[in-house]
Amino acid sequence: MCATCGCSGGAVIEGHDHSHDHDGTVGHGHNHEAGHGHGHGQPEPQTQTVTLEQAVLARNDALAERNREWLAQRGILAVNLMSSPGAGKTTLLERTIRELGVQLPISVVEGDQETVLDADRIRATGAPAVQINTGSGCHLDAEMVAGGLKTLDPPDGSVVLVENVGNLVCPALFDLGEQARVVITSVTEGAEKPRKYPHMFRSATLVLLNKIDLLPYVDFDVAAFLAGARAANPGVEVLQLSATRGDGIADWYDWLRARRPVAAQ
Amino acid sequence: MHEMAITQSIVAAVCERMGEAQVQRICVEIGRLSGVVADSVRFCFDLVTEGTILQGAALEIVQPAGKARCRDCGTEFALNDLLVLCDCGSANRELLAGEELRIREVEVLA
Repeated sequence: MCATCGCSGGAVIEGHDHSHDHDGTVGHGHNHEAGHGHGHGQPEPQTQTVTLEQAVLARNDALAERNREWLAQRGILAVNLMSSPGAGKTTLLERTIRELGVQLPISVVEGDQETVLDADRIRATGAPAVQINTGSGCHLDAEMVAGGLKTLDPPDGSVVLVENVGNLVCPALFDLGEQARVVITSVTEGAEKPRKYPHMFRSATLVLLNKIDLLPYVDFDVAAFLAGARAANPGVEVLQLSATRGDGIADWYDWLRARRPVAAQ
Repeated sequence: MHEMAITQSIVAAVCERMGEAQVQRICVEIGRLSGVVADSVRFCFDLVTEGTILQGAALEIVQPAGKARCRDCGTEFALNDLLVLCDCGSANRELLAGEELRIREVEVLA
């Protein structure tokens, strides 16, 4: 990646005038001074090759599996909610807690780079919440969620909603130990989101199309959105709702109830 | 930018496996459909390896191409992104290659 403009040297960027000097960029190409003798009078250092064949995310995946077992032992349903900033995740959680929380206990793990604003909003509904600030990090990982679960100590048979950092790219790669992934898009964002962020949509168990009460006022092609979501993830379930007005919200509650472990239902 | 976290995972895993051995070269597989930008990992590598057994090591990145099999008609086909459909029009495909995120091997001072 280029240190001047932050662009990826390998990526094709449409309309991007790349006139500045890339020669000084750090980390392009490997360092031949370090240990690669080429017979310039120096003896070749003795080296040995060790095969590792190890998944890069092995540690996160192992921690995620531990979270999954921990949740399963307690009959807890954990859902990872992901969207771009402003799609309505926190508003959806507030309503869900107010309306569904009377039937089943819900607690929330909030992920944001900074502030405890979202956790405060959730706590105002009466539900327990823990805020994780990732600082410069752009996603939650399994270790952070393990810490959040320990702090929350959710009751057996309850629901834990994990609100990931608002970002349609990075969170897709990191398993948290959740049973289901929900991707939320709002109609104010544009129907091409699934085509632009196929990794995120491909990993979704459920897609929620939010703010449908605004459809009369925005240029949003629902059919194109659905086609894009299904190109990335054939057969993915999509629910359309409005978290502020309540349209379609009952389907979301039914979906959550049905996902709970049988023993907890 | 998740490449920083990815690079940290690579370095942490190698440090854990290799102990004190000085690493001269590391080979990593980053598939073209993995969602990880190889150039960004290269950029992060020097920063993340500073003060570790990987400092100054050469980073070799292998980028397997995307390949899928159609679940409807059985055809195998190449794909550059996750939205490519099979020629039969189906989006119902199984990825065979391109999602790799693996540390293949390291070369250490004997």
